Amino acid sequence: MALDPATARRVAKLARIGLNDQELETVRVQMGSILDWIGMLDEVDVENVPPMTGTEHVTLRQREDVVTDGGRAEDILSNAPDRAGAFFTVPKVVE
Amino acid sequence: MLTDLTITTAIDGLRRRDFSASELVSAHIGAAEALNPRLNAYITITSESAGAAARSADEALAKGDAPLLTGIPLGIKDLFCTAGIRTTAASRILSDFVPPYESTVTQKLLHAGGVFLGKTNLDEFAMGSGNLTSFFGTVESPWHRTGDATPLVPGGSSGGSAAAVAAHIAMGATGTDTGGSIRQPAAYCGIVGLKPTYGRCSRWGTIGFASSLDQAGPMTRSVEDAAIMLGAMAGFDPRDSTSSEQPVPDFRAAVNRSVKGLRVGIPKEYRSEGLSEEMQAVWEKGIQWLKDAGCEVSDVSLPHTEYGLATYYIIAPAECSSNLARYDGVRFGLRVPGDSLDEMYEKTRHDGFGEEVRRRILMGTYVLSAGYYDAYYLKAQKIRTLICRDFINAFEEVDVLLTPTAPTTAFGINEKPDDPVQMYLNDIFTVPASMAGVPAMSVPAALNAEGLPLGLQLIGRHFDEETLIAAGSVLEKAAGFTARPDIHAGVAA
Amino acid sequence: MTWTIEGSTGAWEIVVGLEVHAQVISKAKLFSGASTLFGGEPNSQVSLVDAGFPGMLPVINHECVAQAVRTGLGLKAQINLMSRFDRKNYFYADLPTGYQISQFVHPIVGEGKIEIELADGTTREIGITRLHLEQDAGKLMHDQDPTRSFVDLNRAGVALMEIVSEPDIRSPEEAGAYLRKLRQILRYLGTCDGNMEEGSMRADVNVSVRKTGEAFRTRCEIKNVNSIRFVTQVIPIEAMRQIEIWESGGEVDQETRLFDPGKGETRSLRSKEDAHDYRYFPDPDLLPLVIERSWVDELAAALPELPDEKRARFQTEYGITAYDAGVLVAEQATADFYEAVAKGRDGRSAAAWMTGDFFAALNRMSRGIEESPVSADALGGMLDMIADGTINGKIAKEVLETMFETGESASDVVERKGLRQVTDTGAIETAADEIIAKHADKVAEYKSGKDKLFGFFVGQVMKATAGKANPAMVNEILKARLDG
Ligand SMILES: [Mg+2]
Ligand SMILES: [Zn+2]
Repeated sequence: MALDPATARRVAKLARIGLNDQELETVRVQMGSILDWIGMLDEVDVENVPPMTGTEHVTLRQREDVVTDGGRAEDILSNAPDRAGAFFTVPKVVE
Repeated sequence: MLTDLTITTAIDGLRRRDFSASELVSAHIGAAEALNPRLNAYITITSESAGAAARSADEALAKGDAPLLTGIPLGIKDLFCTAGIRTTAASRILSDFVPPYESTVTQKLLHAGGVFLGKTNLDEFAMGSGNLTSFFGTVESPWHRTGDATPLVPGGSSGGSAAAVAAHIAMGATGTDTGGSIRQPAAYCGIVGLKPTYGRCSRWGTIGFASSLDQAGPMTRSVEDAAIMLGAMAGFDPRDSTSSEQPVPDFRAAVNRSVKGLRVGIPKEYRSEGLSEEMQAVWEKGIQWLKDAGCEVSDVSLPHTEYGLATYYIIAPAECSSNLARYDGVRFGLRVPGDSLDEMYEKTRHDGFGEEVRRRILMGTYVLSAGYYDAYYLKAQKIRTLICRDFINAFEEVDVLLTPTAPTTAFGINEKPDDPVQMYLNDIFTVPASMAGVPAMSVPAALNAEGLPLGLQLIGRHFDEETLIAAGSVLEKAAGFTARPDIHAGVAA
Repeated sequence: MTWTIEGSTGAWEIVVGLEVHAQVISKAKLFSGASTLFGGEPNSQVSLVDAGFPGMLPVINHECVAQAVRTGLGLKAQINLMSRFDRKNYFYADLPTGYQISQFVHPIVGEGKIEIELADGTTREIGITRLHLEQDAGKLMHDQDPTRSFVDLNRAGVALMEIVSEPDIRSPEEAGAYLRKLRQILRYLGTCDGNMEEGSMRADVNVSVRKTGEAFRTRCEIKNVNSIRFVTQVIPIEAMRQIEIWESGGEVDQETRLFDPGKGETRSLRSKEDAHDYRYFPDPDLLPLVIERSWVDELAAALPELPDEKRARFQTEYGITAYDAGVLVAEQATADFYEAVAKGRDGRSAAAWMTGDFFAALNRMSRGIEESPVSADALGGMLDMIADGTINGKIAKEVLETMFETGESASDVVERKGLRQVTDTGAIETAADEIIAKHADKVAEYKSGKDKLFGFFVGQVMKATAGKANPAMVNEILKARLDG
């Protein structure tokens, strides 16, 4: 299934991956061929088959409501590419 | 030579004082430093901290109550976060990341006394089958075709771990397996690779690729070594909601367990196109070896096998597209400045991720997006149910499955196919077990005519790694695989 | 009566649904062990999980699940024994993982309802569509730096309940009543403190307009309106905007908008609009959440009495009016206070004193009932002194005022100030005789039929006794002298 350029661009935008026109074209063609191959799944009958989400059999384990973490701002910020005091920063956001 | 030892023999030697942990570790560090410029198996070699750890190991051994892996030199795939030690996922986006925390699996290995030699190379974010996508460069397999210097891939994504263990520059190593990333490189490098049941090893602190598939496991030069290492890595972790509370058995005890009467299934769908004649022949041998040991061998059917790979290439990218959204240049990792928030995101994620990772993120984003979710993602999850049922049905009739690990031997670094789908086919035999969450192990079985290793895969029931270990030991003994790659510790690179 | 807006083409009805984000009361966050306290140092209440570090995994907080179930029970809603967490994927500076863990397809609570009371005394039922658990985002600050926004993740990962109403609301008043009632229920349940200033309750307002009898038209969502007053303000403003578009032949776009209370207008949040594809899918780090019916039953049994039930009980048990009961149950603390005062006393008198002088005094002092200088015991003690005739109602007002000022008990005030009621017949008779003697002219007028003057004599006697005379006795004695 060929992917149209507009869709490819929209997907790259959604994923926040900046691609130039040539990169976008390359990946568009490659995705098209992967989708062609994935198309083989069309022949599988999945009528009445439930989707598998994670591995089943078990229910979600819950933890107690106890504060066990925090008070480690330096740890949290230690890898920040840019910071201002105890804050992370981003390019100014206009809301 | 100390680098010739297995974990099993080194454990005894250390306790007999045949040699010290410091000697053992420095022999490995020395060999690693000598060979790594050629193999590129390690991204980071931690000589200093390894030396210090070895000295503490010697103290513990002297006191006499040292845990099992005390002083054993191990390689750690650079996907496990290690406190204070750079952890990169072989990606530019994490190339300077120093985690302030230790992954559960590596913490357990440290508790067991393991000494980390360094962080092994991998495909970027574990996405690949050839170790060709690392930001830190390709790993070269220590193996070469007889009389042919063409550099070959070690397999992927745990290719650095596989190469290091095969070249004796780590006694054992951790791997992670999402669609075959432990087993396929183990097969290519002639070592043992065990992917446990999903949930057996905690995922906490291991950089996520596809959460519902990722599973850590050992890569070693013997089945017994794998059993020992898995025993140290496995166990319930309350910090991972998908971690299993199943008790961890004594895996090592399964090494000598009899397989008499064990029912072995041969999935007929694995006799597919792309399977080399040599591989087919080795598979037949494997069947015979198990029969000779008293196993009952029969054909079984896993009817949805052929859909496994395509299903995988929907689910894994979908999960990765979401899991990798956190690499945004804000809290850690690379940031490429931009005038607006979106521009910063787009530049950072373009420059920070390699081509394969970008492609998978885009595929995953696409299959989850409005209008395509049902056709791709939901459908894939349904087929995943069918694949899982195939295994459950097969395990009504048999106790373990025997298959080839990969359709071929390792290919050349420069023989990489341009078509991503061709590349994906390397995982055709390993992906179904990942999809079902069942344990599987690759055991080296033979060399092909060109002198390259071929591996056989055993697949077991959920949480029945012991049967894999028992049957794997039989294959190991029968195969008598003693071949070593032309590049290994003690041999000049 | 239907609330409408008159346009150039006739009357328009408004259709409103509310999505309320209510912060769950819990010590730790929904999926991490970091604290939920408000107002900490930046990034001091953040775990590696909240900051989305590589390899970090969510583990759910049991108390947050319990709080959601309690709230569901309080909303008379369906509790879903199987629910599931999905990821809502989008990029934003306040969202560390690039996805919010929420419940999209299978929420923990299904349909329920809330009964609201309106000023004209009528009640209406507003349907609840669902309640689900999800994570809060971090906080951005824009004013500290010319080129950068600052990010604080203290709130990131705090548990929220998103409570979605049916589009049943038809007037700004109903929207306000709905929010007040919802907040009241949450506070009674102890599942959310309802503090809109600190952002622990925020509303998204969905507004559309239609001609009577029509199907629904396109709606717009006004995000994060952070007070009940703003909600009631924004509804007619947004409705008017839409009416103008429809009436000028235009088409209302379904979009997300923001309320600017200063300018009194809503404006489009178009920037986020073009990338509006959240790619929801089940969170593969979490398994389905399965809870036991028996556990839900336990929570139901332990649920506190809710405002509607309490109000009904107050009316029957204490014989007070629906209005007074409504006022007294508005806050749990008020209701508890009232019950402490009314138990074993005259409930009506207790209600009258609380809703009257007592609240007035608190208001003057700008204090909540929890910080009242007059305890329920002390107020009860004063009522007892009225009941046994130690003081009369008029003096009681003075006594209560002094109690508020000094914190003394009623009996101490009465003793110290000598306010004990005069019930000595002789003393009152003496006072009455003196007054009659002094005002012979008035007595004559009274006797000639000017009945109204009786009040004058009562007032004079009370004045002469410094207000302490028992009013009933004063009446009786004067009657005997003037009419006899
Ligand atoms: Mg909303
Ligand atoms: Zn929400």
